[in-house]
Amino acid sequence: MSKLVVIGDGMVGRRFLEAVTQRDPSWDVTVLCEEPRPAYDRVRLSAFFDGVSAEELSLASDLPGVEVRLGEAATEVDREAKVVRSASGEYPYDKLVFATGSYAFVPPMEGADLPGVFVYRTIEDLENIKAHAEGKRHGVVIGGGLLGLEAANALKLLGLETQIVEFAPWLMARQLDEAGGGVLKQHIEKLGIGVDCSTGGTKIEAVDGRLRMDTNREGVSYDTDLIIFAAGVRPRDQLARDCGIAVGERGGITTDLSCATSDPDVYAIGEVAAMEGVCYGLVAPGYAMAEVVADRLAGGEATFPGADMSTKLKLLGVDVAQFGAFDGPLATTYLDPANGTYAKLILSDDAQTLLGGMLVGDAEPYPLLRASVGGKVPGKLADLLGGGEVEGALPDGAQVCSCNAVTKGEIMGAIHEGCHDVAEIKACTKAGTSCGSCIPMLKQLLAEGGVEVSKAVCEHFTQSRAELFDIVKVTGITTFSELIARHGTGSGCDLCKPAVASILASLSNGHILDGEQAALQDTNDHFLANMQRNGTYSVVPRIPGGEITPDKLIVIGQVAKEFDLYTKITGGQRIDMFGARVEDLPKIWRKLVDAGFESGHAYGKALRTVKSCVGTDWCRYGVQDSVKMAIDLELRYRGLRSPHKLKSAVSGCARECAEARGKDFGVIATEHGWNLYVGGNGGFTPRHADLLLSDVDSETLVRTIDRFLMFYISTADRLQRTSKWVEGLEGGLDYLREVIVDDRLGICEDLDAMMAKHVETYADEWKGVIDDPEKLQRFVSFVNAPETPDPSIEFEEVRGQKFPAGTTERSQPVLLGTPVLRSSQGK
Amino acid sequence: MEPICAFDRLVPGRGVAALLADGSQVAVFRLLDDSLHAVSNQDPFTGANVISRGLVGDRGGEPVVISPLLKQAFSLKTGVCLDDEAVSLEVYAVEVAAGEIRVGALSEVKASA
Ligand code: SRM
Ligand SMILES: Cc1cc2nc3c(=O)[nH]c(=O)nc-3n(C[C@H](O)[C@H](O)[C@H](O)COP(=O)(O)OP(=O)(O)OC[C@H]3O[C@@H](n4cnc5c(N)ncnc54)[C@H](O)[C@@H]3O)c2cc1C
Ligand code: SF4
Ligand code: FES
Repeated sequence: MSKLVVIGDGMVGRRFLEAVTQRDPSWDVTVLCEEPRPAYDRVRLSAFFDGVSAEELSLASDLPGVEVRLGEAATEVDREAKVVRSASGEYPYDKLVFATGSYAFVPPMEGADLPGVFVYRTIEDLENIKAHAEGKRHGVVIGGGLLGLEAANALKLLGLETQIVEFAPWLMARQLDEAGGGVLKQHIEKLGIGVDCSTGGTKIEAVDGRLRMDTNREGVSYDTDLIIFAAGVRPRDQLARDCGIAVGERGGITTDLSCATSDPDVYAIGEVAAMEGVCYGLVAPGYAMAEVVADRLAGGEATFPGADMSTKLKLLGVDVAQFGAFDGPLATTYLDPANGTYAKLILSDDAQTLLGGMLVGDAEPYPLLRASVGGKVPGKLADLLGGGEVEGALPDGAQVCSCNAVTKGEIMGAIHEGCHDVAEIKACTKAGTSCGSCIPMLKQLLAEGGVEVSKAVCEHFTQSRAELFDIVKVTGITTFSELIARHGTGSGCDLCKPAVASILASLSNGHILDGEQAALQDTNDHFLANMQRNGTYSVVPRIPGGEITPDKLIVIGQVAKEFDLYTKITGGQRIDMFGARVEDLPKIWRKLVDAGFESGHAYGKALRTVKSCVGTDWCRYGVQDSVKMAIDLELRYRGLRSPHKLKSAVSGCARECAEARGKDFGVIATEHGWNLYVGGNGGFTPRHADLLLSDVDSETLVRTIDRFLMFYISTADRLQRTSKWVEGLEGGLDYLREVIVDDRLGICEDLDAMMAKHVETYADEWKGVIDDPEKLQRFVSFVNAPETPDPSIEFEEVRGQKFPAGTTERSQPVLLGTPVLRSSQGK
Repeated sequence: MEPICAFDRLVPGRGVAALLADGSQVAVFRLLDDSLHAVSNQDPFTGANVISRGLVGDRGGEPVVISPLLKQAFSLKTGVCLDDEAVSLEVYAVEVAAGEIRVGALSEVKASA
């Protein structure tokens, strides 16, 4: 078998391994990977600070015939002997591939090696930055390009006051012209990040446990805790130099269009390659090189097709993109200083062909424009520049995903062969799997391909939940029978009835068991308790914010004892009592209500809990009163019916003990107020919530949550948690902010009024039953024998409490501390 | 036929459970058109006596009750589970006489079917 050695398991190296094993599995491949972990998505590196774990960033997969040697750097290449050496081994090769990438460039500067000075390239770099930032106040980022902006945002997320120092006269000088750089600066400063252009650091020294950086400007120096160099990258070509392989003038291993180096048995791909003298600092050209070499090794004739250098900044709330040519015969620009948008398109001299352009502040047309480079201008210039509605059909040959070189034609082909959503297109074509900026385009192509995802609630209503909500709101219909008679067919089912019940409850807030509504409620809502597997119920009283007095704890204990209920602390900071017989429910509620409890809506698609941490009350780190805020929020939104359940939490500081970012709306205290996060989820598909507002006062916080909830309730699908709803919002978080903060649709007054009505008319549902003899009648096991409990329900005792009969039989035995035999573990 | 309760006790669109003399449990439903249906109360999938607490509606026109536990639909006419035809509920005869609901024993239905 022929031996192939690859040096470097980075993004491009990994893509090469995938390509080569797919095309020609006969190679015996060894990969030397200097980093302690196999390839990961460096492009999404900053997501690490958003809580995305190293595992989630991983690109590694088991490939046949490939051995990856983790944590082992190549130290020498002996081209005579055709062998690569490392500190611990020797690897002979027939063919060798350099995929060693780049290193972060640190300009020669006194003090650049001091502790507290970092670069921004690997997961370890980020871990070190994070550890160092703990408890610190201020950070400086040197470099205001794509990478520097990402790094600055990361410091901001870590809670540091952040300053960018850039040598060039404006930000992102390689992608933007001066006007664009100026508009971008406004946006960055709005994020609370300082920008100092035309300035270069000259010297760093340690002063009183902090760092001081002097600059080339008279009298300007920065006192800071942490400095990140993001001043560019340089190819890691030393190993190649040492073994006499030709390198370019400005560095990088020189290759021809087939990626071959001056030694025909040695290839170079990715950032380390100087393809005909040019190094590319983006992943897409690297991927193309990986494909070229894989093809060559399988006997093919592929050559490098040229590179699309389009880029889009991946910063929350700041849209910047550049595509195609930077300059050209004809340029047309649009500047809107009030809204902070700038657009420039570069055209051929007859103004017919799009050559390139840049967008700042609003990059919505970016995927369309980028895919149209080299072709006809895809719409009216005024619309393209001014953010109007753009409709343009792309030619089949247009490249939609430039990271993975996938054309519109290939995507349409995949759709016709049965890909029905973005996930399937990703799996089929790889489009959308890298930077993700083409995903809006993929959605548009799905629509163009006639794939329509039905949002109909069920067979009885062709409308979506949001449409039914509007119908009910506009027509004032108050009963299901009228709604289905006028707008649906048949007699309803378990999908549409609870959905309509929830809409009616959101809009009117009468008792959910009043009149005809009683017939619509799901079983749990119908009995205001959660049905368990043996037909008994669980009872969860509300314990706002998780705060409870000893007296109330005692009452819960007494009630559980009296009715012989199993008790458990839930994951939502409250107490659940299980095993209640249906006829006991009102008696249990009576005792609880008399002691000041009310329903916790554990059964409803409604607000569940607002968890809290102890915050300033007790904790030495707390910066705001998180308990009080949690209680206030829980009391405000209790009883609010919604498309799915709603959960929340409030943490007293950035340590986040209440896990607010896993919630539908989460609040984290800051020195100056509160940060609001929305769209988090635990459960089946966990998702961290996105930052919607930072450092706001309590009033703004509550008002924004009010609107967020009511906008969600008005427009979400049936059983769509806020996480999916936020993800599905066209225009994303920015759009959400525009609607509920800037009132772009002019609906905020309406949303506020809906919430005010909810707060005013809230009443406890349990009390509503125990005070109403007609409703009480329903809480019996048998209509013809109201006093008889269901004789088929039996219990048994386990760990000192009662459980449904048969529990012991069902449970798997737990082997305490018994070692598992190796031979029984499989391979 | 055993008397169960007054017809007016039933909320349109919901069911109640009744205990028959032989100890078996029956779920009786009043639909929106005031028609009555009776099936066994025991959910064949879980063994719990909860069918009476399920939602009712239709699937393609067939009147159904949906088990509140794991949400399978059962035909109120034949008792057959629409999600798994090997499973079914027993169907009981039901009638209203002098404003009172009466349910027939299993065997009587079988005999008349
Ligand atoms: C009791 C409790 C488990 C416990 O002993 O700790 C629980 C129990 C149930 N959970 Fe849960 N969940 C409980 C906390 C959670 C949490 C943790 C939290 O809230 O902090 C989560 C993850 C957070 C989240 O929702 O994002 C959670 C995610 C789920 C999910 C998945 C939701 C999703 O979006 O994927 C379901 C299924 C569903 O709702 O469709 C679910 C459904 C259920 C149901 C309703 C299942 C059912 O239909 O029978 C259970 C009924 C409980 C009952 O009968 O009282 N439960 N469940 C917790 C009650 C909390 C409370 O006080 O209200
Ligand atoms: C924060 C950040 C954001 C970015 N954002 C984007 C973006 O939005 N779009 C975009 O296109 N690109 C972006 N990039 C650039 C992109 O990550 C690179 O272009 C891409 O990773 C290059 O892949 P590569 O395999 O050539 O190099 P790398 O991914 O750097 O991999 C090289 C690997 O080789 C290893 N190595 C080096 N020498 C040796 C040796 N002697 N022995 C063994 N192993 C060795 C290195 O440790 C490294 O793991 C970003 C980069 C960063 C850091
Ligand atoms: S989140 Fe902060 S304030 Fe709250 S308990 Fe944890 S460390 Fe203390
Ligand atoms: S353009 Fe980057 S993933 Fe498609």
